[in-house]
Amino acid sequence: MITVDGLTRKYGAFTAVDNISFTCQPGQVTGFLGPNGAGKTTTMRIMVGLTAPTSGSVTIGGHRFTDIPNPGRHVGVLLDASAQHAGRTGREVLSLGAATMGLPKTRVDEILELVSLTPAESKRRVRNYSLGMRQRLGIAHALLGDPSVLILDEPANGLDPAGIRWMRGLLRGYAERGGTVLLSSHLLNEVELIADEMILIGNGRIVASGNKESLLAGNQSGTLAMSTDNARLTEALAARGLHATAAGAGLRVDAEPLQVGTIAAQNAIVLTDLRPAEGGLEDLFLELTADTQRETTPGPTAAELQGAHR
Amino acid sequence: MSAVTTYAGPTMDISATKPTPFARLVRLELRKMVDTRAGLWLLVATGLVTALVLVIQLWVGVAQDLPLSMRSFMIGMNTPMGVFLPVLGIMAVTSEWGQRTALTTFALVPSRGQVMGSKFAAMMVVAVGALVIGLGLAAIANLLFSALYGADAVWNVGIGATAKYFLLHVIGMSTGFAFGTLLLNTPAAIVAYFVYSFVLPTIFGIGAALVGWIRDIQPWVDFSFAQTPLFDGSSMDGENWAQLGVSGLIWLVLPLVIGLWRVFRAEVK
Repeated sequence: MITVDGLTRKYGAFTAVDNISFTCQPGQVTGFLGPNGAGKTTTMRIMVGLTAPTSGSVTIGGHRFTDIPNPGRHVGVLLDASAQHAGRTGREVLSLGAATMGLPKTRVDEILELVSLTPAESKRRVRNYSLGMRQRLGIAHALLGDPSVLILDEPANGLDPAGIRWMRGLLRGYAERGGTVLLSSHLLNEVELIADEMILIGNGRIVASGNKESLLAGNQSGTLAMSTDNARLTEALAARGLHATAAGAGLRVDAEPLQVGTIAAQNAIVLTDLRPAEGGLEDLFLELTADTQRETTPGPTAAELQGAHR
Repeated sequence: MSAVTTYAGPTMDISATKPTPFARLVRLELRKMVDTRAGLWLLVATGLVTALVLVIQLWVGVAQDLPLSMRSFMIGMNTPMGVFLPVLGIMAVTSEWGQRTALTTFALVPSRGQVMGSKFAAMMVVAVGALVIGLGLAAIANLLFSALYGADAVWNVGIGATAKYFLLHVIGMSTGFAFGTLLLNTPAAIVAYFVYSFVLPTIFGIGAALVGWIRDIQPWVDFSFAQTPLFDGSSMDGENWAQLGVSGLIWLVLPLVIGLWRVFRAEVK
């Protein structure tokens, strides 16, 4: 379990992390989500003792990280997959880690297989690795000591969709065996796919936390429905006091999907699509972190960009 | 993958985990010095250039009929050793920061004192190893010279002079280590070191020749000057040792202390 308590980190007048508190439970994957520069990395660096907090504390399983003997055996850390000596081979990077932790050499082969780096790839220098391969190497390094807690900063960055699916399976299985996982990302869909719990951070503050359902509960924005006869559906809904507006080829209704489906069934209307108005979480994310986004106005359209290039 | 450690409640049981032994860290630091091309070739180059200098010295000695001895070869060797060993000392520290591997290192060994200590110890092992090899090369050169020159080899280096040779280069390498710790950047530390070791003595020399008070303080503040008796064969009296200590405080201890203070306090980036 990771416990963050009233953590603050200031750089002069700038507050990178502003009095945040949360816990990451064993058996769960906790997603740490926020735009670039929101304070995710600073928080994770404080967790592992690389940065000193201005105030507040972090404990991992009840201990400060720096008090844990041979911490690699208890806490797996990936902070920056690119922070490896470019001139070392992937195997050498892992061998150094294994030797530091006092693990047998066979552990390196085990872990290479686990992250699907081939023996040939492991003998290449890190300089020649793609970002995805570096991420796999970094995840391998974090898992080397068979830790019970994982702290991963942007682990999915640079992975292809298959790689993200692989990592999701890996971390899921890890959490199911009782491990605690904290992973950060600035991409909502990565976290949404992997994490049980989400912590949204913006401008150094936690703006929301909870699982996907509870986060969305306060932000339900209706239902999207499509039927073979939208006009009749609109009428039927209006008869029950529900307002429907045209949205693309379908309708947007201020009601739960269950209500809309029930009304359609009662009126023998064939529904071709029925779902909660999606993008809810993304809207929420953008809304909650709006003050911290760099892009306050929509960027130039593709056409404008093309015009600019001519 | 083996099973994740069974997890009982919110506290983590660390009682069974032993701290990382210091000797293991020293072994790892030694390994890190040779497991990259840059590190390995710097060591190889140190040996090759030292051997080359000795060969040239030998050749010139034979050609010009100079009476060379073990001492001559050890003096000849001081230049390549004096250039390469401090660079090794610098890189023992800075390569970790330049390649940002400090992030991984300190996440596995949070005690920064242990990490820096093991780096220093590893550097000492390399220094002693290199100096012993250097002595061997000088001895071989001396034997070759006597064979080519047709005279008995002259072994005019006592224990005292050998100890001074070790001290000279351990000081040089440690000064490199101190500069590396202070600057945490390979090119900057190398430039600073060579300004200190080649440019500064010249400036002190000119200053001492022109200004009286600079001449008076030079032995106390010019570390290179204070090290001269360690290799020119003259003896060291009490005042010489005091001058070595005082100038060493300025150029070795002070940068090392400031650098370590910074390493212990700063964020690891």
